[in-house]
Amino acid sequence: MTTTPPSPPLATLDVAAIRRDFPVLSQRQDGHRLVFLDSAASSQHPRQVLDAMTSFYETSYANVHRGVYQLAERATAAYEGARGKVARFIGAPSSNEVVFTKNATEAINLVAGSWGRANLGPGDAVVLTLMEHHANIVPWQMLAAQLGFEIRWVPLTDDGHLDLTDLDRLLDGAKLFAFTAMSNVLGTLNPVARLTAAAHEKGALALVDACQWVPHLPTDVVAMGADFVAFSAHKMLGPSGIGVLWARAELLEAMPPFLGGGGMILNVTTEGFVADAPPGRFEAGTPPIAEAVGLAAAVDYLTGLGMDAVHRHEVELTGYALRTLRAEVGDALTIYGPSEPSERGGVLSIALEGVHAHDISQVLDTQAVCIRPGHHCAKPLMRVLGAPATARASIYVYNDTDDIDALAAALVAARDFFKL
Amino acid sequence: MSGLEDLYREIILDHYRSPRNRGELEAPPAHRTEGFNPLCGDEVVVYVMVDGEGRIADIKINGQGCSISQSSASMMSAAVKGHTIDEARALTATFKSMMSIHEQDIGGDGTEAEADPADDVTAEMKLGDLEALRGVVKFPVRIKCATLSWNTLTQALDEVATARS
Repeated sequence: MTTTPPSPPLATLDVAAIRRDFPVLSQRQDGHRLVFLDSAASSQHPRQVLDAMTSFYETSYANVHRGVYQLAERATAAYEGARGKVARFIGAPSSNEVVFTKNATEAINLVAGSWGRANLGPGDAVVLTLMEHHANIVPWQMLAAQLGFEIRWVPLTDDGHLDLTDLDRLLDGAKLFAFTAMSNVLGTLNPVARLTAAAHEKGALALVDACQWVPHLPTDVVAMGADFVAFSAHKMLGPSGIGVLWARAELLEAMPPFLGGGGMILNVTTEGFVADAPPGRFEAGTPPIAEAVGLAAAVDYLTGLGMDAVHRHEVELTGYALRTLRAEVGDALTIYGPSEPSERGGVLSIALEGVHAHDISQVLDTQAVCIRPGHHCAKPLMRVLGAPATARASIYVYNDTDDIDALAAALVAARDFFKL
Repeated sequence: MSGLEDLYREIILDHYRSPRNRGELEAPPAHRTEGFNPLCGDEVVVYVMVDGEGRIADIKINGQGCSISQSSASMMSAAVKGHTIDEARALTATFKSMMSIHEQDIGGDGTEAEADPADDVTAEMKLGDLEALRGVVKFPVRIKCATLSWNTLTQALDEVATARS
């Protein structure tokens, strides 16, 4: 008798195999398996990324865009190759639209300090949302204090979505709508294409903070309809010290330099300087070279997994976490943000009644469960939530149901330790 | 859970669950000062009423924070209430010295802590219950939680002194 095999499921992740690629995850802490649930702050690194950077340092390191010797040529090729890989990964029409920065924060500061300074003034408005990270708030507040433009805020609904009821009115007369693609506190996935279209209808540009999006979902900056997109390598399995600003070529062409120095000029005389073309115009000084190599390896790794599969894995595991935590921890538990897993990324901000997030984290650390307590650099959002701090667990490609079970058990231990 | 009992002594949990001197004072005549821990978002509000003789006649604590910051604030309020500003400053120095033991250990600059200039006063201002917070130094990231209310009190007393000079 033969059996008909079931139709193959959509490709998902082999988490056990993935975990073997991450040296840090093999360690034990006080006899416990290390449960790393803080990837929204910064992710861990597969051996492929570490090896790529080590190999680059051992065989090909030199400064870029300078020397004519072979080592320097290899370094430049590796650095520019990384730019091309990133461009393809995010659907950028040209690698010249990819500017390497220190991190996403610097990428947003670059837009503020270059495009913003040249285009904003009294009577203008920049629209932000109440779920922004401080990285997409403070640069605009700093600039508004100098240039005198208005900052407007898109409010939130009770279930942690953007409240778009008055969006058109908020965008009236605005020159920029800067918003996060996914909340780093609530996990909310925002309707990016709809928001960029709303901005464009009113003649505003759209900046997308994609720090929590690019590492977790397929990204197509053209389909997003964005004008500017910022993200960081260290949240997508890459090294710290390098981030990306993508912007449409015609915008970059028109933007004045941000930082001045070597590498961003065509000519310098005692009278002045002529700035280079993008992206070099915005990369003053020696850039993060080995970090670019590491980022390229991270892009290769994620491409190998398949971003559709990464997203599917996270939706499934988030659903499992929502069910498990509610069942195990009970009524003392609050999980902020959308209750439907498909409307959110793998970020779970938690409150335990009567136990402060710091104390939760302290108890969890005794079980080797790494989460993040605090305001997550989103204090305006925390004010809306009425919570000074939450305990945030965030998942990624190397997390599995064992991690969620450990989190649930540790939360029960915290609840019981504080005798609720 | 080993280790946790060193941090969360029963008296700390008691002050956390039943904070002393919780609330607000009308300001003015009382003085109101806010303190923030920018790392975690904890906020503490200290209200002090200093009488004509430089004595902390009343103190109230408001704000939000973890068990360490809240219990430290509660114990602090109980310890300084009714005492003079000088005594409160001396107790603050003693407490912060206890909290910085670990920082000196890892500081690596090899210098000894300076002798407490208020030694003669500290003799009368014992840490008492506050000794329970000694375990915090084993958890370096939590030291800022324990010292938040003390730094805020210091700022409040400085502001009171400035206003009167």
